[in-house]
Amino acid sequence: MGTSNNGHGNGGTNGKELKVVGKPFRKVDARAKCAGQTKFADDIVLPRMLFAKLLRSHEPHAIIKSIDTSKARALPGVLAVITGKDLPIPYGILPVSQDEHTLCLDRVRFIGDPVAAVAAVDEDTAFDAMNLIEVEYEKLNTITSIEEAVMIDEPRIHEYGDGGNVHKKVHLEFGDLDKGFAEADLIREDVFFYEGNTHLPMEQHAAVAHYDPDNKLTLWSSTQTPHYVHRALAKVLEMRPAHIRVIATPNGGGFGGKSDPFNHEVAVCKLAMLTGRPVKITLTREEVFYCHRGRHPVLMKSRIGVKKDGAITALDFQSLLDGGAYGSYGVASTFYTGALQTVTYDVPRYRFRGLRAFTNKPPCGPKRGHGTPQPRFALEIQLDKIADQLNLDPAEMRLKHLVPPNSLTANYLRVGSMGLGKCIEKIVEGSDWKQKYRKLPFGKGVGIACSSYICGAGLPIYWNNMPHSGVQLGLDRQGGVRVQCGSIDIGQGSDSVLAYVVAEVLGIDPFDIRVVTADTDLTPVDLGSYSSRVTLMTGNAALQAAERARELLSIAVAEKLKAPIENLSFADRRVFDVENPEMGVTFAEAVVLAETKFGTIGTVGSYTPPASPGKFKGAGVGPSPAYSYSAAIAEADVDPETGIVTVERIWIGHDIGQSINPMLVMGQVEGGVYMGLGEALMEEMIYRANRNVVHKFPSLLEYKSPTTMEMCDVKTYLIEDADPNGPFGAKEVGQGPLLPVMPAIANAVYDAVGVRVDEVPITPEKVLMALRDKAKGKEGRFGPKDVPAVEWPTPMKVQTPAEGGDGREMPRVAIHS
Amino acid sequence: MNQITKQKAHIVFTLNGEPVEVAFAPHKTLLEVLREDMGLMGTKHGCELGECGTCAVLVDGRSILSCLMLGLDAEDRAVETIEGMATADGPHPLQETFADTGAAQCGYCTPGFLLVAKELLAHNANPSRDEIREALSGNLCRCTGYIKIYEAVELAAAKMRGEEMTLPKESVYGYK
Repeated sequence: MGTSNNGHGNGGTNGKELKVVGKPFRKVDARAKCAGQTKFADDIVLPRMLFAKLLRSHEPHAIIKSIDTSKARALPGVLAVITGKDLPIPYGILPVSQDEHTLCLDRVRFIGDPVAAVAAVDEDTAFDAMNLIEVEYEKLNTITSIEEAVMIDEPRIHEYGDGGNVHKKVHLEFGDLDKGFAEADLIREDVFFYEGNTHLPMEQHAAVAHYDPDNKLTLWSSTQTPHYVHRALAKVLEMRPAHIRVIATPNGGGFGGKSDPFNHEVAVCKLAMLTGRPVKITLTREEVFYCHRGRHPVLMKSRIGVKKDGAITALDFQSLLDGGAYGSYGVASTFYTGALQTVTYDVPRYRFRGLRAFTNKPPCGPKRGHGTPQPRFALEIQLDKIADQLNLDPAEMRLKHLVPPNSLTANYLRVGSMGLGKCIEKIVEGSDWKQKYRKLPFGKGVGIACSSYICGAGLPIYWNNMPHSGVQLGLDRQGGVRVQCGSIDIGQGSDSVLAYVVAEVLGIDPFDIRVVTADTDLTPVDLGSYSSRVTLMTGNAALQAAERARELLSIAVAEKLKAPIENLSFADRRVFDVENPEMGVTFAEAVVLAETKFGTIGTVGSYTPPASPGKFKGAGVGPSPAYSYSAAIAEADVDPETGIVTVERIWIGHDIGQSINPMLVMGQVEGGVYMGLGEALMEEMIYRANRNVVHKFPSLLEYKSPTTMEMCDVKTYLIEDADPNGPFGAKEVGQGPLLPVMPAIANAVYDAVGVRVDEVPITPEKVLMALRDKAKGKEGRFGPKDVPAVEWPTPMKVQTPAEGGDGREMPRVAIHS
Repeated sequence: MNQITKQKAHIVFTLNGEPVEVAFAPHKTLLEVLREDMGLMGTKHGCELGECGTCAVLVDGRSILSCLMLGLDAEDRAVETIEGMATADGPHPLQETFADTGAAQCGYCTPGFLLVAKELLAHNANPSRDEIREALSGNLCRCTGYIKIYEAVELAAAKMRGEEMTLPKESVYGYK
């Protein structure tokens, strides 16, 4: 099964002109969104629906001595109150970090950790009842930073991990580092800090649960990962998964922040089961800050050896992550801070040491770029410093040492298509770089940086060998086509991608197609909208399903027309003989012919990524079917009096492989640049400098994000160099274009006023401090001085492909010489 | 259970061109009255503190944040929400151009942007890019980087002036 007229994999179209793919169609759901008719989770209202509230801890770290819910229960209008003991089974997104409870059992770990849930007839009553719950706490000392977590073992925030308050330690070594550094003409060691920030989707998380009289549970939720929520609910509620239905509602922005199973989702299910009535919860903006799962603050030290021409001989990278109070995706995040340094410029020998700390803050997790913006920030600034020191043009230096296409990196990542060179060339030309770099007047500057991102993780979150994405197609005899897929549209246009791909293959209009997504009862599993996996994986699954349907239709139509199958073409809602285009049937007639011959027409398609060449422990993070590439040049104005940085314009080149819809690709690039601009200049999750770890400003007013007045001009260049693993050659765009923005801006600040701010956000205060540092005759830098000493585990040593390695760990005994 | 007493306020106002009456708890904001008491879910909430512009509606033609206005203050006034933007003749030009240019990604902030843009075009038929930026500066969008939104407003303005306008090629396909 699966062979088709046009082959499979890259959506081979036999050179046929594309009718849908590559065209700027409107999104299939765009009109509803512009009419206010898209139903987000909080727009769902069911008869007799109750409202839930979570009582959240005001203590950052404490033992729960007692909880008295009697006054809340006695309040008229309250139908149920639950606490931790009602849901004692732990959960968590990663199998190795099942460390969360719906409601804290005996300990709270950050301000905002929920301890009780209330269901009442309306929101006000639920709120009042919540405030009547009395909790007695016994305070514990808090762990407030990476440094403290590394130094202070007690009290432990969790009873698992790699000792004390360290969640995870990783140590990987690829190739002979000593040899690499010995070959270097210049060795630099730099320290960087990337402050945490949050997704800030405009829609606050919301969920509605309904438990019906036949004991079936339905949850509607604003989630990016309905399949993982389904699994978590079955576990915590001790129910058969077959009795649970999770429907992800269109997300009002995700950016990674709705990718974990959340306690409010479990709580409303339990409350609905207890009361027999539908229960809704909508988080307040303040609560969304506590859900967080955003960008990890990361402290980094990078030691790099280069030849005189900037060729890297060895890279030794350390990252220390502030994980907050729970595991979340943190183990994966830790590996990601060390995975993709090798896929842009040739790094022949590479060592990575990573540590994730537990602290008493809202848990960090995956935000757009997941674990890769921080090391990319460090590496790209460090390369800028190297170019400066070696008197090289940083754009040319990068161009000279690119990873070749179709190669294997030192850490066993398989690079396929690689369009970074073209990205750099385009923006260098478009921005007039050569006339600007080091040539603009004081206060104005340009900076360049590059990056890469995965097009879907090579491995699923829980171990299994099943496809990562599945699509079912149903064709009805009136010519209707239904696409069903577990993927969820978070605004990126994934529903539309399904329609475009199927329409292209079947020669129909994308608006003829009914797209049914993200409903665990109705749609085959797709792992979710994360890791930039959807276009590549669901696109390939949809392509396979559509090609199988086309095959059935082709057989039936060829018989009818008495034409050879290979002569048939599907276009303009017709199936016809290319040699005699008048000879043909309508698409609907083709379905009738096929249904007459074969019975009801339905096909399936699925996608499983290729196996990773790395076989060592830890090789699971980083591999991807394809890598997208981006390069950005920022032009900034820095006021030396105030330290205010204004970014005038960003030129960005993005290697998309093939646009499924260029207009939507442009929107993702512009949105990525926007979010990067916010991270570079203003966004930060920070806490009051006392022992209480209180979030400084959990509100939209004080958590600064760019408005129209701060947003810069963006000039986008799309590089289309089809990747053999992408549907029609397509690669990702949702996350990659954010990555080069922050270091490009930091490098532009240096070009403008000659100071280095080696951390984000680059606030006016930091710029001024660096300028003052320089005025005193010092190096003119603001940033961390060093990383805390860590006792690292013995490295896992892997020979690089160039050294003849096979991707497996070398025997540990034989290594030490 | 609750002692139910007659506590609701009861007002009459014009909603999307039609006279309406509604009863609601008097402390409710216009945002809550629209969503909870009138079932109009097109008006969204992002912060409930007047910070994000997501809940913007037009009152007597002027944009206001419905999370900061009491429902009671809508009495005898004309309120326009996203549900009233399209007419029997079809969607408003702004709704069309927002959909066609990809100015709505997740679509959550879109109703607020559309209404504020409508107010702008009512007073300025041919706004410059800077005037559009200024007018929309109270609305946050986390998806688009605002650029497609500016373009959609410019296209709609041209359409309403009866002029032919298409997006420059580089806005759709990028620079070459």
